Amino acid sequence: MDFSLAGPFDEAAPRLPGADLAWLDALRSQGIEAFRANGLPNRKVEAWRYTSVSALEKQSFAPLAEPVPLDALPEGAALAIDGARRIVFVNGRLRADLSDLGDLPEGVEASSLAEALGGKDGDLEELIAPASKERDGALAALNDAFMEDGLVLRIAAGASVDAPIHLISVGMPVEGQAVAFHPRNLVVAAKGSRATLIESHIGVGEGSYFSNSVTDIRVEKGATLTHAKLQDEGPKAFHVALGRVRIGDEAVYDNFVLHRGAELARNEVHARIDGTGAECRLNGAYLGANRQHIDNTTVIEHKAPGSRSSEVFKGALDGRARGVFQGRIVVHRDAQQTDGHQLNKTLLLDRNAEMDAKPELVIYADDVKCSHGATIGELDETALFYLRTRGIDEAAARDILVSAFLNEAVEELRDPALADAFRARIEGWVDARHKSEGERAG
Amino acid sequence: MALLEIRNLHVNVEDKPILKGLNLTIDRGEVHAIMGPNGAGKSTLSYVIAGRSGYDVTDGQVLFNGKDILEMEVDERACAGLFLAFQYPVEIPGVTNTTFLKTALNSVRRARGESALDAMQFLKYVREKAKPLGIGDDMLKRAVNVGFSGGEKKRNEVLQMAVLEPVMAVLDETDSGLDIDALKIVAEGVNALRGPEKSTLIITHYQRLLDYIVPDHVHVLADGRIVKSGGKELALELEANGYAEFTGAAAA
Repeated sequence: MDFSLAGPFDEAAPRLPGADLAWLDALRSQGIEAFRANGLPNRKVEAWRYTSVSALEKQSFAPLAEPVPLDALPEGAALAIDGARRIVFVNGRLRADLSDLGDLPEGVEASSLAEALGGKDGDLEELIAPASKERDGALAALNDAFMEDGLVLRIAAGASVDAPIHLISVGMPVEGQAVAFHPRNLVVAAKGSRATLIESHIGVGEGSYFSNSVTDIRVEKGATLTHAKLQDEGPKAFHVALGRVRIGDEAVYDNFVLHRGAELARNEVHARIDGTGAECRLNGAYLGANRQHIDNTTVIEHKAPGSRSSEVFKGALDGRARGVFQGRIVVHRDAQQTDGHQLNKTLLLDRNAEMDAKPELVIYADDVKCSHGATIGELDETALFYLRTRGIDEAAARDILVSAFLNEAVEELRDPALADAFRARIEGWVDARHKSEGERAG
Repeated sequence: MALLEIRNLHVNVEDKPILKGLNLTIDRGEVHAIMGPNGAGKSTLSYVIAGRSGYDVTDGQVLFNGKDILEMEVDERACAGLFLAFQYPVEIPGVTNTTFLKTALNSVRRARGESALDAMQFLKYVREKAKPLGIGDDMLKRAVNVGFSGGEKKRNEVLQMAVLEPVMAVLDETDSGLDIDALKIVAEGVNALRGPEKSTLIITHYQRLLDYIVPDHVHVLADGRIVKSGGKELALELEANGYAEFTGAAAA
C-alpha cells in the first residue's frame, strides 16, 4: 500500500463524501493534480522559507480506516469553558456520541461536512472555494483533494449567542501507524450575529499524526465572531492549519491562537477585510521547547476603507525550539483610513532556541496608519534581580517574568473566561518547564 | 555583635576598582547615612550588599548577623532580612503589584518558618501597610511600577519594605526625584519601620532626606572609602561646604 501523502487518492476518492458531486469531484482532482505537480512546499518558496515540512516525506501515513476506538476525551486536555457546546472530531471525523449536537443554543446550526455533502446542502459549493489556488497552498491543495469531514457552523442573522461552540479535534495513531486527516471547516456568522468559536486540538498518546485543516470563515455585515484556538497536539504530531476569513462591513473578527504542542505546527490565517469600518484582530502566544517548530503566518488584506487590524503575537522558546512569525499586512489602493498595527515579541529561554520574525507592510493607499514591531530577546536581568531582592528565588522569578511576558498577548482576549482558560494553559507550561529544569539540575 | 559589618571591602566593576577598602559597622537600632560625591561608589556599595551580578569582590567581607552574605544568593539575603530600596525601581509589565508583593512576602515568610498567607489574609495585611503611604487598591492592581510617577515608585519601594519587614534596610538615593510632599511621605514610612532591633543605611547625595530621617551616624564616601565619619551635624557641614575637600584629597 502507498503510504505517502498523495498515494491513496485514486483508491480513496470514490469513497469520499460527496463523490457524486461534479463540482466537488473537479475540485478534488484539481487539488491532487496541484499537489502531485508541486509536491510539498519547500523552502525556496518565500512563504515557507523558515518552515521545512520535509519531515512529512520521511513519515508514512496510513489511509483512514474505520473509526478509531476512543471512549472518552482525555481528561483536562481540551480547554475548559463553562457552558461551551462540544463538537468532537477524532482523526478528523465527527464523533456525535462525544458531542453536544443535540443541545445547541438558539441561532446555531452545526453539522458535519460529511453529512452536509450527503444532504446536497445548497450553498456548500459556494462556501468550499478551492484552496489549491492559494498562494503557496501546496498543503491546502492536499486538503482540497482529501477533505472528508469537518464542522459546518452557521450562526443565524441577528443571533446573539453566549454559549461558545467548542470544536475539539483529537488526533491519534491507529494501531501504531501514523494517520493523516484533512478537516475542512466552514463557518458563517450571518449579518449582525455574535458568537464565539473555540478550538482545542489535542492528541492521545505520543505517536505521530498529521492534521491538515482548512477553515473558511465569513463574518457578514455587523457580525462579531470571536475565534480562539488551543493547539496542544501530541508531541510527535504535525499540525498545519489554514484559515481563510472574509470580513464584511462593520464586522469584527477576533482571533487568538495558543501553541503548546506538536512537533511542527503552522497556523496560517489569511484575513480579507472586504467591508468598511471592519475590525480584524489576530493575536496569539506560542510556547516551544525541545525541538518543536512553531510557525504563525498571517496575511491581512485591507480592501475597504476605514478598517482596523491589530496583531499581538508573543512567544517563549526553550531548548532547541524554533519559532517563526510572518506577518503581512496589505493595504489596497481603496482602503484609505486603514489602521493597522502588528507586534511580535519573543523571549528566548535557551541559547539554542531560535526565532525568525518577518513583518511585512505593503501599502498602496496614501492615508493610512500602519506600524509593526518585532523583538527577540532574553529575560530582563534587571527585573530578575529586582524580584530576587524581594526574596523570590531565581526559578520562581523566571517563571513570573515568562508568564507576565506571555500574559500581554492573552490580555488581548476580550472575554475574561477565555483569557483565564488560556492563562491557565500558559502557567501549566511554565510550571512544567520549571520542574523539568529542576530535574535536569538535580 | 553588629548587625552589619563591612570589612575592608574591595570591589571592581569591569576590572576597574570602585570600592577600595571600605569599612563600616552598623549596630542594631541605628540609622546610618552615607553621603558622597557622584562616582564615589555609593550605588556600587548598595548593589554589592544586595548581591547584584557584575560586581567583583576582590577582597573583604560583608557580615550580616555575623555571617558573610557574599556567599549567599540574592533571594537568600532578602529572606535573611536584608532589603534594598532601589534608586530606580524596576518596571515589571504583566505582573500586578499585589501578585508581586504576595509572592515576595510568602517567600520571606516561608524562609522565616512562618506559614504563607492566603489571598484574603494577604489583602488585609497589604491594605494596612499601604494606607499610611497613600497607596490605594488601584495602585496595588497595576503592574509593578509601570506608569508610576517618580513619587509613586518610591512609595512603592517603601511599601515593599513595610510588607517584608526587613531587619536591615538600605535606601539607595531614595530622595532622588521626589518633591517635598512625596519626600515627607516616604520619610514617615521609613521612620515607622525603625525599631530597637532594626537598622537603616541611607545612601544619598543630598542632606535633604536627613531632615526627615535623622541619622545617628553620617559617613563620607569618597573614592571608594569612608573618609570621614561623624554625627548628624556632619550632613549639615557637607551641605554647606560640598564635597570639594574630599574629592580634592582623593585626586591628590
